[in-house]
Amino acid sequence: MPRLLILFAHPALERSRVHRRLLAHRPVRQDLTFHDLYEEYPDFDIDVSREQALLTAHDIVAVQHPFFWYSTPPLLKQWQDLVLEHGWAYGRTGDALRGKRVFHIISAGGREQAYQHEGYNRFTVRELLAPLEQTAVLCGMRWAPPYVIHGTHRLTDREIEIEGQRYRRLIEQVAAGEIDLDAAASLATLNAAVTNAPGEVA
Amino acid sequence: MSEPSLLFQAFVYLGAAVVAVPLAQRFGLGSVLGYLLAGIAIGPYGLSLLGAGGEDVMHFAEFGVVMMLFVIGLELQPSLLWRLRGPILGLGGLQVTLTSLVIAAGAMALGLPWQSSAAIGMTLSLSSTAIVLQTLSEKGLLGTAGGQSAFAVLLFQDIAVIPMLAFFPLLAPAGDASHGDAGHATTLVSDLPAWGQTLALLAAVGLVVGGGRFLLGPLFRQIARTRLREIFTAAALLLVIGIALLMTAVGLSPALGTFLAGVVLANSEYRHELESDIDPFKGLLLGLFFIAVGASIDFGLIVSQPLTVAAAVAAIVGVKFAILFSLGRAFGLTLPQGLLLAFALPQVGEFAFVLFSFADQLGVLGRDVSGPLVAAVALSMAITPLLLLVNERLGARVARTERPQRQADDIHGEGAVLIAGFGSFGATVGRLLRASGVSTTVLDIDSDRVDLLRRMGLDVHYGDATRHDLLHTAGAARARLLIIALDSPEKTMVLVHTAQKHFPGLTIMARAFDWQDAHDLLDAGVTHVYRDTIDTSLRLGADALRMMGTRAYRAHRAAQRFFKHDEESMRELTKRRTDDAVYVSLARQRIRALEQMFEADRSEPSLDRDEGWDAESLREEFRDIGAVRDEPPAR
Repeated sequence: MPRLLILFAHPALERSRVHRRLLAHRPVRQDLTFHDLYEEYPDFDIDVSREQALLTAHDIVAVQHPFFWYSTPPLLKQWQDLVLEHGWAYGRTGDALRGKRVFHIISAGGREQAYQHEGYNRFTVRELLAPLEQTAVLCGMRWAPPYVIHGTHRLTDREIEIEGQRYRRLIEQVAAGEIDLDAAASLATLNAAVTNAPGEVA
Repeated sequence: MSEPSLLFQAFVYLGAAVVAVPLAQRFGLGSVLGYLLAGIAIGPYGLSLLGAGGEDVMHFAEFGVVMMLFVIGLELQPSLLWRLRGPILGLGGLQVTLTSLVIAAGAMALGLPWQSSAAIGMTLSLSSTAIVLQTLSEKGLLGTAGGQSAFAVLLFQDIAVIPMLAFFPLLAPAGDASHGDAGHATTLVSDLPAWGQTLALLAAVGLVVGGGRFLLGPLFRQIARTRLREIFTAAALLLVIGIALLMTAVGLSPALGTFLAGVVLANSEYRHELESDIDPFKGLLLGLFFIAVGASIDFGLIVSQPLTVAAAVAAIVGVKFAILFSLGRAFGLTLPQGLLLAFALPQVGEFAFVLFSFADQLGVLGRDVSGPLVAAVALSMAITPLLLLVNERLGARVARTERPQRQADDIHGEGAVLIAGFGSFGATVGRLLRASGVSTTVLDIDSDRVDLLRRMGLDVHYGDATRHDLLHTAGAARARLLIIALDSPEKTMVLVHTAQKHFPGLTIMARAFDWQDAHDLLDAGVTHVYRDTIDTSLRLGADALRMMGTRAYRAHRAAQRFFKHDEESMRELTKRRTDDAVYVSLARQRIRALEQMFEADRSEPSLDRDEGWDAESLREEFRDIGAVRDEPPAR
């Protein structure tokens, strides 16, 4: 069984409608570790060896965060800079992450149509994640497309609740190996790979 | 000379104090020596401005000692007292016994009868609580091992006075019944049988302890409710005087009684208020006492029998010094701390004046013996501040000879940073700088600590950091920063002024204890002011928020925000503070500052201003636009 690490970064979860709901639906499993970066390191003083040990102990890393200015919140950038050390994560002797899988779980204000070449944001979410994708590849990790919750500013409470349930299935199916991340590698998002529950409105 | 009027006397005393004390301070002699010099100046051998009332003034001013012990008691945790029980009984007991025996033996060798010799021995074994505690606390030495030992010995001596007063009548020549009317021994209970006296004594102590614990709280609450400041002051004075009377009535030392009451009240909520009310009276009366001592020095006698008096002073001080130093070492004090103890306590205390006049009345001592002795006692008190200055220079020399080689790996040049005071505050700063490779020079007054730091290879100078010559030797002229981490706000201000005057190029970073100090430092032109507990309390506050369910990062930001807001309001209040604040009591000022802080907090809109993370306005925009236009930006 693969072990799944959710690397969560949100500087103001108390203000977030979407992520609070998602986390409420987070399944509790033996093979799942939830790691809340802003809760662990409010002063940005990241414990590098602890983070590396966490990565070593897991096979799949799901990086969950809001899409702030087409990127991650700052603590996640700090985390990359400090934790993905040369000689550990990359470089001649850096093979600690080799073969592990990584994907992002992202909430974005804009709708899916906006994240198109002809749309308001001119790039797809996956394209905008290019620096992160390349970072993963350089570390020998296998990159899977992001799972994106679009149009969060328009979502009604009811719709957010449905997103929460879908998030739960995403986590469970990834952890159970029911979603083939390798096969999904060419997709624009992971959204389509999640199977609907019977009777659910897509 | 006709008796001058009360107002004229007050004018002379106050005038002498106001002139002499600042002068003495300026020359680094300390306030006690200033008062003594003032007394000499206005006394019969100086300007002769006082009438015959000098001795009465001294008896009256002795009450300052009673008040001082009350204030000391207020500041003393009962647990500390308990921890000192070994030194009090062991060190104090041995000091009084040995000194009495040696001096009495000496007096007998000079041909005095054994009764007189015993009285002299006991009297001269005592030291001056008033002078020593005042001087040590002014120098910030009370917290050192030597200072604590001195305090313990003084406490035992204050207790020992009582049995001495009881013992003296037994030394009186047979058939002399005059002791009944000898002021200090007259008590209400002296006619009772021994068990009755003991019972009355225990009852009085019980009353002070029990009353202090259970009655005074509610009583002061009622009085505080009147909101009349002078009534509270009156109540505080009433308490001290009442206890003094009660103690005298059962034959205990009033100083001891008020000290006990102070300890009982040390944990009460009115501690600060009581302290700030009694403090000015204590200070004035003590000053008056020292002036009276200075005025009472009989220069006529000294001039007529200079050798006798000088020999007496030398013998007394020498014997007491030797015994104190040996005992201190035997009780585990280091060389410099033993020296501090011995240099602090070799004088004879103020009780000697009482005991000698008592002995005179009893016929135990003749005027021909007590006269030179009283002069010697006064002189021994007068040289105490000087002896402590000698100790300071000597301590610096002892320390200097042991200086180790300097570390070669300092990367920022020698002594780029001076740290004054290496208590827990200064030590933390110093360790951080040292761990980061910034070379530091430390100035500290605790010789034990200096020893330890030396062994750790630090560049440490022993001594009072407010002395500009010491600052100079420590390299203040070359240093870039002066970090003031002293334990006393008064010392901090003195050091600030010294540094600003002599080393204008030095950037000062100062520790402040509370708002008041921070205001004073900002007023003095120090811009880098660090309040003692602000960071700690905010850290605790942030953790409390977390425990109540707030997200860690939000709590962290709230504390950061609050810190900035608090610093701003502090600086704002400093600008608004007017000079009349000086005349309000410290406790009152603290309350006022707290009130102003709360007001400032209310006007602060929110600690939670991170609008960048708030999607509310974006969501509104989406609602307004509807589906008509395309999307606004992602966030």
